[in-house]
Amino acid sequence: MDFEQELQALKAKVEEMPGQENKLSMIVFSGELDKHLAAMIIATGAAAMGMKVVMFYTFWGTAALRDPKKKVGGKDFMSKMFGFMLPKGRNKIVLSKMHMAGMGTAMMKGLMKKKNVASLDQLYEIAGMMGVEIKVCEMSMDLMGFKREEIIDYPHLDFCGVATFLANAKESAVQLFI
Amino acid sequence: MESYTPVRVLNYKGLPCPMPIVKMSQEIPKMAIGDVVEVHTTDPGSIADFPAWAKTTGQTVLEIKQEPGLIRVFVKRQK
Repeated sequence: MDFEQELQALKAKVEEMPGQENKLSMIVFSGELDKHLAAMIIATGAAAMGMKVVMFYTFWGTAALRDPKKKVGGKDFMSKMFGFMLPKGRNKIVLSKMHMAGMGTAMMKGLMKKKNVASLDQLYEIAGMMGVEIKVCEMSMDLMGFKREEIIDYPHLDFCGVATFLANAKESAVQLFI
Repeated sequence: MESYTPVRVLNYKGLPCPMPIVKMSQEIPKMAIGDVVEVHTTDPGSIADFPAWAKTTGQTVLEIKQEPGLIRVFVKRQK
């Protein structure tokens, strides 16, 4: 094989290699405050580092994307039950440890304020400003009985399935599951 | 070390992670290439984070000065 051909073959191979893009793909699976804080801090930090960031919300994670101000009707019994049992939005999620019937979470929020740590509200705003994309798992939404109409207004929000995550993850230099 | 004069001081005091680098990255487009800014922070994580941020984004941290209760980071926009 001549040199030119070999070079072309090599170029094609390099382009096919996974993890080449300066990009972070993150799965937000958990539904707890501490984990959502970690996810958002990493996401905004990565955006600051010049990385393209895509967050995939699935399972318990999707509850944090509910907008408490939006009301939707027409749900069946199970969906209503799930809707009632699961936290209505990011300000209703609690710590995974030391929640202590609300006392621990309240104390943590107070401490964060005192120490000037950005709240989830602030982090979502920054993430939106920096172009962090949020993609919501359609299947989880359906399973929990959430409707699109009750999801927060966020500038770069979209709905998708597992293939979208995998396609993004494959080309990302960093992948995380939280 | 090359000599430099910061064009302005950015006050990020009292802001913990990830705000110093988030704010820094938002400041870069407002700077001219070659400009140096002096960042004031109280976040000890910044000492490691600014060089890591600079390395990834292609900017330069010229110097980090630690004083009691204040960290001063000198950042130059390269591109």
